Amino acid sequence: MRNKVIEIRDLSFTYPDGTVGLRKINFSVCSGESVAIVGPNGAGKSTLLLHLNGILRGNSFVEICGMRVKEENLREIRRKVGLVFQDPDDQLFSLTVFDDVAFGPVNMGYPESEVIERVAGALEWVNMKGYEKRSPHHLSVGEKKRVAIASVLSLTPEILALDEPTSNLDPRSKWSLVALLKGLPVTKIIATHDLDLVRALCQRVVVLDNGAVVADGTTDAILNDISLLRAHGLAPEI
Amino acid sequence: MEHSFIDQYSELNSFIHRLDPRTKLVVSLAFILAVLLTPPGEWRIFAVYLCIMVGLFAFSKLPPVYVLKRSFVIIPFVLLVSIFIPFFKEGEIAGSYNIWFWKVSITYNGLFILANILIKAWLCILSLILLSATTKFSNLLEGLRQLHVPRTLVLIVSFMYRYIFVLTDEALRMQRAYQSRNVGGSLLHRLKAFGNMIGVLFLRSYERAERIYMAMSSRGFDGQIRTLSKLTLQRADVYFGVAFGIMLVLPHIIPW
Repeated sequence: MRNKVIEIRDLSFTYPDGTVGLRKINFSVCSGESVAIVGPNGAGKSTLLLHLNGILRGNSFVEICGMRVKEENLREIRRKVGLVFQDPDDQLFSLTVFDDVAFGPVNMGYPESEVIERVAGALEWVNMKGYEKRSPHHLSVGEKKRVAIASVLSLTPEILALDEPTSNLDPRSKWSLVALLKGLPVTKIIATHDLDLVRALCQRVVVLDNGAVVADGTTDAILNDISLLRAHGLAPEI
Repeated sequence: MEHSFIDQYSELNSFIHRLDPRTKLVVSLAFILAVLLTPPGEWRIFAVYLCIMVGLFAFSKLPPVYVLKRSFVIIPFVLLVSIFIPFFKEGEIAGSYNIWFWKVSITYNGLFILANILIKAWLCILSLILLSATTKFSNLLEGLRQLHVPRTLVLIVSFMYRYIFVLTDEALRMQRAYQSRNVGGSLLHRLKAFGNMIGVLFLRSYERAERIYMAMSSRGFDGQIRTLSKLTLQRADVYFGVAFGIMLVLPHIIPW
């Protein structure tokens, strides 16, 4: 048994306006796994991801790499969990690609030479070398997604949490992104409803609906269970 | 969607482009100060300053038409605040007009001041165009930061510049969606739709701001703004700064 890098017990979350986001979630992820979190819109996928690095905090038990998610651990946890948001325009807020990718390392207080090294390394991973001085606004959607991923890779996270990484991508950009993600040697949590992506990338699938975990199993078992997918709006009715 | 960026010519390569943004910022400020402090009616000094600007523009390789067009954008605003001066200034009357039952007169003194204001405003805007068109916006902000402008302020400007285009795109999409459903309707109806659009745009920006903040926090942002400094002053900057300073002062001490 490999060590657990994410452990969540009895996680419930209600938004300030009373909307229930998550209901009694229990789940854990081992180091090196690629787990897909699938579910219809509004199932709570993004809400769950936001709990992984303490952006949202419930009163329940969330442990990352053996550390409880609480105020004094946040810094370390945010270094270990790289969260990539769905809309790269949210993630990339600087005027140059370099500044965006350097944002994490600079915040962590790494010395200048190491920051530059980390930025170069992260951009190399996503095949975006030479884009350092470009403005994020001038990039295509696919390029923006890559830079967004680089902007968390520069912290060398152990866990990469991606929210809808393939949304708005044309097939070519999508498959090259899949190839890229496949090559990254980290634990991956991918929230999506793109089942192609799940098949290509993940060994395990967690189905989320209405804030609760309704199934958790191997990709083969879950994606072949048509009645389950149908029941949760992930496969056509007929 | 395509937008015209204010630093669209910042990729050109010239002596001016290579100067440190801090040098350019300080020099532009000094130029503006010098122009404003020049007493009205010193036409020769204004001419010298204009020559300096023309010379720098020639160095900078910016397209002259672009510069002229940009510089005239500001004139209406200047006119808006200064157009009444000739009517109110006292002095020798240049002409009187009867508009309905008002008797309005323009004085030479007022026209003189108006001309001075227009020339000064135009010279100032020329120097700002030179500054903003030859410097990448990100470098300009870095320069401000290193000149100890408060970081929060610099960050706000940076956000504004980054997201103004995202916002215009969003507004454009909404407008298109509206137009494709628009089948006429009264002015009031259209105004209502317009008001709704502004409201929605505001809400979306608000939500986006929250998501941006979450993305920043995810990468360890804790309210402290940290940056790498990437600028280094070179010898050329010092030479240019000194030369420019001399050129600013010289026309004031030469006995014409």
